[in-house]
Amino acid sequence: MSRALAALGAFVYVAGSCLWAYLYPQSVLGFLCFETSLLVLYLVPAPRAVKHFLGGAALLVLVPLLGSANAYYLEIGIQIGIYVALALGLNIVVGFCGLLNLGFVAFYAIGAYFWAVFGSPQANEFIPGNFFPLSPNWFFLFLLLSIALGALTGLVLGLPVLRLRGDYLAIVTLGFAEVVRALVNNLDKPINLTNGPRGISPIVKPPLFFQPWLEFFGVQVAEAELYPFYFYFLVLLFVFAVVLVTRRLEDSRIGRAWKAIREDELAASAMGIPVVRMKLLGFAAGASFASAVGVLFAAKQVFINPESFTFMESIGVLAMVILGGMGSVPGAILGAAGVTILNLQLLKGLSLWLNALRQSGAALTLPLIGSFPLSQLPVQFEPAKYERMVFGLILILMMIFRPQGVLPPRRERNP
Amino acid sequence: MEIALEIFPQVLVDGIVLGFMYALIALGYTMVYGVLEFINFAHSEIFVLGAFVGVEILLLLQDAGSLALLHPAFVLFLVIGASMAISGLAAMALERVAYRPLHGAPRLVALISAVGASLFLQDGLRLFESLWRNTFYLNYPSLEFLDRTVALTANLVVPVKSILVIVTALLMLVGLNLFVNRTRVGTAIRAVAQDPDTASLMGIAVNRVIALTFFVGGAMGGLAGVLFGLHYSLVNPYSGFVPGIKAFTAAVLGGIGNIPGAMLGGMVLGLLEAFAASYLSLLTDGAFGAEYKDVFAFLVLILILIFRPKGLLGEKVREAQA
Repeated sequence: MSRALAALGAFVYVAGSCLWAYLYPQSVLGFLCFETSLLVLYLVPAPRAVKHFLGGAALLVLVPLLGSANAYYLEIGIQIGIYVALALGLNIVVGFCGLLNLGFVAFYAIGAYFWAVFGSPQANEFIPGNFFPLSPNWFFLFLLLSIALGALTGLVLGLPVLRLRGDYLAIVTLGFAEVVRALVNNLDKPINLTNGPRGISPIVKPPLFFQPWLEFFGVQVAEAELYPFYFYFLVLLFVFAVVLVTRRLEDSRIGRAWKAIREDELAASAMGIPVVRMKLLGFAAGASFASAVGVLFAAKQVFINPESFTFMESIGVLAMVILGGMGSVPGAILGAAGVTILNLQLLKGLSLWLNALRQSGAALTLPLIGSFPLSQLPVQFEPAKYERMVFGLILILMMIFRPQGVLPPRRERNP
Repeated sequence: MEIALEIFPQVLVDGIVLGFMYALIALGYTMVYGVLEFINFAHSEIFVLGAFVGVEILLLLQDAGSLALLHPAFVLFLVIGASMAISGLAAMALERVAYRPLHGAPRLVALISAVGASLFLQDGLRLFESLWRNTFYLNYPSLEFLDRTVALTANLVVPVKSILVIVTALLMLVGLNLFVNRTRVGTAIRAVAQDPDTASLMGIAVNRVIALTFFVGGAMGGLAGVLFGLHYSLVNPYSGFVPGIKAFTAAVLGGIGNIPGAMLGGMVLGLLEAFAASYLSLLTDGAFGAEYKDVFAFLVLILILIFRPKGLLGEKVREAQA
């Protein structure tokens, strides 16, 4: 009875928040409720088919509808999708294999620059013949190639260090990410490979192969308006593929080997698991995910420069995995969505609100202490600029109070 | 070739100064690794904290107008002593708050907590300075006697501040060696590093020794921070990140857990970096310049891990099982 009540309540909440977000597309609070309703949908006790249908409908129909009213929501959806894919990639490395990778963004950068260099006039600088930029149709080939490229760089980096103690890996990956950033920052001479700190633009977007069909059906949409929807569905498809692959890997022989290594390396090798080879595989798999997401990111952004690939990006993705729960696929998705929303909507919103308070000239009056004019609030105090503090707190508090994360993986038994 | 020979002594001095800084920071990493087998990722923030304590004291003295009146030696003693004490205490507090609750948890958990502590401290320091001074890029007030130079030969002019760094660091390193090898407490630290369980059976208060290790390592980091500030002037909350990684590289280079190794590793890395920064562009005709000096340190780290993972002097930690 109580289960049925809970389910009913949840559905009312989901329907209500959807309606709110739909009727008031400018309301940030409404959109937040809509986002949390997806989580409610995941947790509610209901038949799987119903949940899948509702979730699919929300993602496939409702978000684009909201996006047509307020394009910023599509942007948030795309960002969340990109981070979900990244977090799932890192989840393989940190969550399944138990290898701390602090330089995950390096592989992301490699993928992004891979498409950026060849999908823009940049490659003409070192390949004679004016072949570049490549036509948009090459995008999907590069997406596939970037998977191989990411796996290859992962192997090259992993080979020397995966034999060593685990915590050396953290520092080496961190160093590697800094090396990659230093390289893309400085390889504008002697040969201009990356255009240095100025970055690369314009990067070719993926092909609009479906445009003839749209025209056939008589739909006339300007390209600039079509792209956000296109990217949204592309990212959604990509995330779907990544979730599927991760889910399949998790329960496969390989996934079980990874978890065995994570729990006890010695016991795993005694069971005949090739420890180093399995670790390399996990490391390379995570790297190839990140690299492919990088290609998507470059095509979406049109402009990239080394600033997009700092250490904080790696930490942000790590915080997503930790928050959701190491080794848990739904956890990684929740963590990615949560941290992205926190960064894009909550912290920025708080900053704007504080700024408005500052300008309004109101005063904060506390009993006994006196009144404090808010216009004197230091300008330096802007929540959006303190993401390190937020991420740091997430990491420490989660490790001390709930190391298994918000949505921990289903375990057969406790270790 | 002319230029290469001419700048050689100057580069050597720069390298030695850098080497002593790395050595001092590396001690914090290596000592903590020795007793706890974990990378104290937030050590670079302890280093920065030392630099900030120094600059705050100097700025306060300057604002009070007493900086010029006091004897320079007294000012130096005050600044160095205060930053060592505060950094050491901060390192102890960090251990108490962020690491001790995780005692016995998997190593990954403690490491992630350390990364979190590092980020939190960076922005915490930024927040504090932003509210207090409305900026977080601080400049050390110039001290006249530190800017003097001593001409040793015709083309080697050494500023007094470089001599200060070298002398202070040398004294502290010798003192630390005596402390660890010749005193009862130092023996306790080494005993805990070898085997904490047996050490506790021998009546050593293991937790207290761990706290003490954090204090000593933190004080050395704070000293490095204040020397860094006095030498290079400009500090901000994020300036510890790169020196921190390099100092860790130095600790691995010398053999982690090994105190003389950290000193040697720091010196080797400092010299390598100084020479790479000045000679790389000379050797490659300007194609690659000083901007690659950071890359250089990381390449060194990766190469050591491939060819000699135990470091130059061998590591001194228990057989670790992750």
